[in-house]
Amino acid sequence: MNADIHGLSGAYAVDALDDVERAEFERHLGQCPECQDEVASLRAAAVELTHASAMTPPPALRDSVLRQIATVRPLPPVTGRTGSSGGPAAERSAPLEAPATVTPLESRRRRVRPMTWLVAAAAAAVLLIGGIVWSPWDDGGSQQPPLTATEQVIRAKDAQRFEKTIDGAKATIVRSKSLGKAVIIADNMPAAPEGKDFQIWFENPDGAMVSAGLMPHEAKPTVSMVLDGDASKYKGVGITVEPAGGSPEPTSAPIALIEFS
Amino acid sequence: MVVMSAFSPGSPAPGENAAPRQPDLGELLRASARGDEAAFAQLYDATSRRLYGLVLRVVRDPAQAEEVAQEAFLDIWRTSARFDPDRGSAMSWMLTIAHRKAVDRVRSAEAASRRDESYEATTQDRAYDITAEEVERSLDAQRVRQALASLTETQRGAVQLAYFGGYTHNEVAALLGIPLGTAKTRIRDGLIRLRDTLGMQS
Repeated sequence: MNADIHGLSGAYAVDALDDVERAEFERHLGQCPECQDEVASLRAAAVELTHASAMTPPPALRDSVLRQIATVRPLPPVTGRTGSSGGPAAERSAPLEAPATVTPLESRRRRVRPMTWLVAAAAAAVLLIGGIVWSPWDDGGSQQPPLTATEQVIRAKDAQRFEKTIDGAKATIVRSKSLGKAVIIADNMPAAPEGKDFQIWFENPDGAMVSAGLMPHEAKPTVSMVLDGDASKYKGVGITVEPAGGSPEPTSAPIALIEFS
Repeated sequence: MVVMSAFSPGSPAPGENAAPRQPDLGELLRASARGDEAAFAQLYDATSRRLYGLVLRVVRDPAQAEEVAQEAFLDIWRTSARFDPDRGSAMSWMLTIAHRKAVDRVRSAEAASRRDESYEATTQDRAYDITAEEVERSLDAQRVRQALASLTETQRGAVQLAYFGGYTHNEVAALLGIPLGTAKTRIRDGLIRLRDTLGMQS
């Protein structure tokens, strides 16, 4: 297994892993100094290739870059303070993960990657869902179509929101205890590997996992699903990669765990 | 295409290749982290040809390449305090950020319109697509081309599809008609040989 995962260093160095493999490899990387060195050296080698593709950018790029940076404050250095486990607010302002740095998955999970247009698009898609709720022009008039199950949860007075970002993909769980329902909203989630499904699980207070359904296959930046089961009695949600059609219980380590706390 | 003929054959290209005048990129990053926009402008001038060229190569569409390059520079500015010289050069750090962004862009563009796209249809011209016109004539570029030539053809194909094509190793395997698992070995072996031929550590 180790020899196997070690062999992914090259593909990792040139961003040729899919998101699931990347998460797995990074977990390994956090504890394998050999792989860290190898990745750094292979990256340095790959980067040399750009000598052969160098190209002068349009002059307008320089202007817009310099104009834009003037409006953005650089993030502070990481000071090594561990801080709290990072609530949603901390997540948003958490340090950006630069791909060149090797970071154990645990800390990586608390970080948010730079806001790419894609993530922005995904965020916009969420706003679209949310927009029904919070848009100022929504007077709650009787013209409104009946709410979908997802909207009901999102609109519930006691709706709680939990987020986790992994490699540019974001999973948001919205839970309403009073409704006993939870919804998962996945942004920018890659397709499950060939012959696999992403399965969602509720985590029992004792740690056992109970299936809450399979993520639908939809080639959309934002996919949402109402979870199966009474969301009020669980302590969190996990996501695993399972053989197509799902498993009665998880057969692999979760790629994400989102605690309701 | 940039005309390099203004420079005598042996003389380095402007910007990143001008060895004697080469600014210390790490120092410029540190200054950027403190909000020094002039330092960042210098950094831009020293790196933009390689960064933009890489992004364009992966993304292919000039308009999108410009967007991605801009996002990359903005991220570099924003995260400049996170650059750790113990983990590689500033150039490597910056280009890694840009590469990741370019790859994310092509993959998401694909995810958005993932329909009946067959790999074969798009790849004929992709496997070995360093064309003479695109190629830099700088000494560094020559050095890199020589190093690439030292790879086996299959290693070179796998490395180029992964790095410049933005494909995953599984996709590379499908493109080259080789078993799953073989592509990752070829990518790694190819990079190792490239590294050793270029005589670099990390």
